Amino acid sequence: MKVAIFDYGAGNIFSLKNSLESAGATVDVITSFDVENTYSGLLLPGVGNFDPAMNSIAKHSKLSFTDFVGNSTPVLGICLGMEMFFEKSQEGVEPGLNVIPGEVIVLPNTMKVPHMGWNSLQIKKSGVILEGVDENSWVYFVHSYRAKPFSDDVITAQSFHGISVPAVVESGNFYGTQFHPEKSGDVGKIMINNFLNVCKR
Amino acid sequence: MTLTKRIIPCLDVKDGRVVKGLHFESIKDAGDPVELAQKYSDEGADELVFLDITASDEQRKTLKDLVRAVASVINIPFTVGGGVKSVDDARNILLNGADKVGINTGAINNPTIITELADLFGRQCVVVAIDAKRNYLTKPGVTLFDEGNGQFWFEVFIFGGKKGTGLDAISWAKKSNSLGAGEILLTSIDADGTKNGYDVTLTKAVVDSVSIPVIASGGCGESSHMVDIFKKSDVDAALAATIFHYNTYGVNGVKKDLRDKSIPVRL
Repeated sequence: MKVAIFDYGAGNIFSLKNSLESAGATVDVITSFDVENTYSGLLLPGVGNFDPAMNSIAKHSKLSFTDFVGNSTPVLGICLGMEMFFEKSQEGVEPGLNVIPGEVIVLPNTMKVPHMGWNSLQIKKSGVILEGVDENSWVYFVHSYRAKPFSDDVITAQSFHGISVPAVVESGNFYGTQFHPEKSGDVGKIMINNFLNVCKR
Repeated sequence: MTLTKRIIPCLDVKDGRVVKGLHFESIKDAGDPVELAQKYSDEGADELVFLDITASDEQRKTLKDLVRAVASVINIPFTVGGGVKSVDDARNILLNGADKVGINTGAINNPTIITELADLFGRQCVVVAIDAKRNYLTKPGVTLFDEGNGQFWFEVFIFGGKKGTGLDAISWAKKSNSLGAGEILLTSIDADGTKNGYDVTLTKAVVDSVSIPVIASGGCGESSHMVDIFKKSDVDAALAATIFHYNTYGVNGVKKDLRDKSIPVRL
């Protein structure tokens, strides 16, 4: 099975690529959506800033993200990659990918920002990414913004950092984690496998 | 629940080998950074820090290969520091699989590198390492402390603690924060190597002056020292080397001690 990681140009995608390959996938790194989509899945990695990431898509692709993935290619957005699913973000002025209704807002300054380290997951409803993942599993976060979906129905797990932080979202073929599964030890490995299982279908 | 306190083993690497505190135990594997990284990761370390103490240009390729090798075997975050002078040095480390890059002397000499790196890679990638030492020769403009034997301030040292800069550590921490640092790795030169515990005065002062996470370093000889620094300051992480290299019950054992003392840890 072959999946693609979209590289915005600055990202450290080594560990994500490594974790996918360890799980048995073949990985292409792409920098434009103007290629034939022969992939079983797409990953939007989680390093960088909102506007430069959105701009790198616009700059290198005539086709849009939605043209490329349609409503069938499973997409896993990690951290920034998940934030890009929404309409807009307070981190930038560029519009987001707008595949999940809602926006991205800055974390409150009542707690230390970035929210950096291991926090536990409260599972709200069953979801594909969370299959086999226990309540209160530890995952590794590092972010300064959080998603605020229009509908809470898309949130399958959350964490708390002074405020409730949507940790896993699922909507159609779009899956997002605010934390980094590729950095979250064994539990992260389960989620990477879960995503690849969706890609196989 | 909430964020846990992070426990971070530190590996000093020279010419591609771990050099500190390992030579009289388990000689066969002890010096290999990749094997140790995997061991600590398996034992439950929350992150790893590699400090390249060779830091010469000839060793850059060794370091690059090492970073790749470590990134391939662990699935927890890791920071690489030592001799980072330019954006290219940092890029080299990050693109080979490190999650964060530590900068110390390079940031003192050229503070704008902090902002450049934060803009390029995101501020979470930028760890400003500060080595601080008590200076009893006070001067205007520094943050003064008194522990009973005269007023002092904390001076930033560079080149592995060899050279004073005249900079106030508290001010430098604040400035690093505003320039775009995502985290501060704070080492007490006074405490380092003593095994008498972390420097509470220094740690507390820096933690209370910045909005970003701080890692305490220097002086840890036993798990109770970690309990102490977590109870006496709002520090986010504790870094140690010797305690893990020598401790027979491993990272997991240290974390169990912490949990028993009501410190929130990932177990």
